[in-house]
Amino acid sequence: MRVSLSSSFKLDDGPGGSVSVHAETIADIMASLTERYPDFEQLLDRGVAVSINGQIYRDDWTQPIPADAEVFLIPRIEGG
Amino acid sequence: MGHDQKYVDKKNYEVVGTRFNRPDGIDKVTGKARYGADASAPGQLVGRVLRSPHAHASILKINVGKAEKLPGVKAIITSADLPDLTGQDQGLADILENCMARGRALYDGHAVAAVAAVDEQTAAKALKLIDVKYKKLPHVTDVDAAMCESAPVIHDRIITRGVEPKPTKPSNIAARTQMGHGDVEAGFAEADVVIEKSYKTEQTHQGYIEPHACLASVNPDGTAELWVTTQGHFVFRNVCASLLGLDIAKLKVTSSEIGGGFGGKTHVWVEPVALALSRKANRPVKLVMGRDEVFRATGPTSSTSIDVKMGAKKDGTITAAVAEMRYQGGAFPGNWAMLGCMTAFACYDIKNNQSIGWDVVVNRPKVAAYRAPSAPMAAFAVESTIDELAKEVGIAPIDMRLKNVAREGTLAPYGPTYGPIGIEHTLKAVKDHPHMRAKLKKNQGRGVACGFWFNIGGQTCTDLNIGVDGTVNLTLGTVDVGGSRSSMAMIAAEELGIPYEQVRANIADTTSLGHNDMTEGSRGTFSSGMATVFAARDAIGVLKQRAAKMWGITEEHVIWENGQAIATGDSHGNLPPLSLKEIAAKSGRTGGPIAGHNEVVADGAGMGFASHICDVEVDPETGRSTIIRYTVVQDAGKAINPDYVEGQFQGGATQGIGWALNEEYIYGDDGRLQNPGFLDYRIPVCSDLPFIDTQILEVPNPLHPYGIRGVGETSIVPPLAAVGNAIANATGVRMSHAPMSPPRVLAAIDALEYAS
Repeated sequence: MRVSLSSSFKLDDGPGGSVSVHAETIADIMASLTERYPDFEQLLDRGVAVSINGQIYRDDWTQPIPADAEVFLIPRIEGG
Repeated sequence: MGHDQKYVDKKNYEVVGTRFNRPDGIDKVTGKARYGADASAPGQLVGRVLRSPHAHASILKINVGKAEKLPGVKAIITSADLPDLTGQDQGLADILENCMARGRALYDGHAVAAVAAVDEQTAAKALKLIDVKYKKLPHVTDVDAAMCESAPVIHDRIITRGVEPKPTKPSNIAARTQMGHGDVEAGFAEADVVIEKSYKTEQTHQGYIEPHACLASVNPDGTAELWVTTQGHFVFRNVCASLLGLDIAKLKVTSSEIGGGFGGKTHVWVEPVALALSRKANRPVKLVMGRDEVFRATGPTSSTSIDVKMGAKKDGTITAAVAEMRYQGGAFPGNWAMLGCMTAFACYDIKNNQSIGWDVVVNRPKVAAYRAPSAPMAAFAVESTIDELAKEVGIAPIDMRLKNVAREGTLAPYGPTYGPIGIEHTLKAVKDHPHMRAKLKKNQGRGVACGFWFNIGGQTCTDLNIGVDGTVNLTLGTVDVGGSRSSMAMIAAEELGIPYEQVRANIADTTSLGHNDMTEGSRGTFSSGMATVFAARDAIGVLKQRAAKMWGITEEHVIWENGQAIATGDSHGNLPPLSLKEIAAKSGRTGGPIAGHNEVVADGAGMGFASHICDVEVDPETGRSTIIRYTVVQDAGKAINPDYVEGQFQGGATQGIGWALNEEYIYGDDGRLQNPGFLDYRIPVCSDLPFIDTQILEVPNPLHPYGIRGVGETSIVPPLAAVGNAIANATGVRMSHAPMSPPRVLAAIDALEYAS
């Protein structure tokens, strides 16, 4: 599947825009990107959330990802 | 997670959607409620903090000798008593340094030392006896000035992130963020009208009435207790344990009643200091901040400087939009400008948009979240510009917004495609609202503005225990900041099929329940509501098992309806139903206590959208603006207790109006805060405002069993622009600097008259 990266995410050693990964869950995406791009760990430390078909998931990495879903990595939001 | 959190349309709610008094209400109005400062322990000491009088200074020496000798002083701490245990975690290291300066005072009010003494007078006297030798350093408090090359650099370690090529020298710019999509240059080329404007917003404080307060007690065996006013005692526990090297399970944190937080009580400020004092003194220490300390040394919102450029066709279609936003995060880096970027154009479907954010550090207190953090400032700039654009193309502002409104399927400016959202519903409701047809008099004007906030979910844990008399204890871990105990009791009653009065909701301490995230991001009712639904369903499963045992039938022949177990099937249909009370009464003989439990990561929070209408009257002789009518229309997904939803709408709007008209941190040339008190920092009071009217819309969140969306934050987003647009329509002057206080409005009116 294609995973799009928010334009605020820039990996020194990775692509902008989007990447292709084999993933069934959010955890699979994170593992795949961490393995491929060492800089991704720093992004995770700063906070990453995942939008699946417009719904934002911040914490539950067991969340399954439907086939053909729109998947976006965006900054992890907190609030007041 | 093992539970289906999908929304199920249920039209015939019995309890949800009705109005009940909050269970904590009587205690609060009679003074019985126990807030942060209302706990005491045998042998407790009074804690006080010595704060820097300088905006930026090296701390050359701290001599505590004289203070230590003062009779009644039991402990004095400096940063040496809070060793850095944070490892490589810079965020945690920043929290530690903010709690107690480490070699440098970074802002006026930064803690330098603290004292525990037998009474208030002795503690105050001891503070005066502590001799601190400072070397003043150059300071900067303005966000634009801090970005200049000539500005004093506050942290040598800050190299701007998000800039290519990577800078080689440190600066005060922590990060650059860029969001958006499309080709903005092509979009502007398509436009018939282009408006460019610059805006500024000043720093404001959440203004909660209750100051930060806690009672800390650390024992020699490493166990500890903390009673504290907080939005999240589990998070406070984890942070304090990390900073002090305590075991999480040995630190029991109890949240008091909270006298307002709005984001400001999501961070630790004095709590680690109180624990360190108690550890050193080996006695409980109570530490209560004064109001001036709250202003000087807790977390207000960013001040900002924002440029907006928007272009539209004559038919009102916005073809391109660009915003460049500079947010200061105080003395430590934050992601406040990034949040501004994510929210600025979120209400609209703009084919070509770009937001650039600059996160900047200055010599001011560390910024904290304030209801929908960063969104109100961005909305002030964008929504003001949209009104100017509408004026230029000759379209009513409400129609301009409707023409460009975001819908399900719109590409959000931060990337993904929106699911079902309610901004169009709120704008249509505004257009049809009687407020829009109310007549305006001389010097009066009307403004409309929209707002967006994400809302979040998070880790949540809930217990539900049924007593032998059939009453129910619901044990929650999300601090009740806005009436959630009542709402959660209503949800439990709805699920169990029993009266609301039969359920009592309580907030557990950290030793009594699994971890719960902070009550922030409008997550309380969404997350605990979800966990309560699942905990109640868990308990219903047990109730059905017990009923089956009582009847001597198998469980699959039992259903739960209207608060009672019903036997089904040809051979059991004649059995009389068993009520929850009847099953509970026999629980000791059918397997023991009846309980339900749930732990959940409540993801899938539905986004919040609102549109506000504001009528204002401006006195042309003084520049004073008076709000004469105000209406909030917001999508709540599902209002569990409409009273509290309306209260959130009204509270957010009121705080936004204060931000729009009066509230601001005023710093002198010396970098010191000039107005750290409610006399000079003026929040709106009841007599300043009309009744804030509300209209609740319910566009269900597809990922909550009841369709709930958070409602606590979005309502603070539109008021700055709604007020600004109303002032523009009343006076003909566009205010670009908030707060739009009488001197600023008067100067703008005078400038317009002079120019004409």
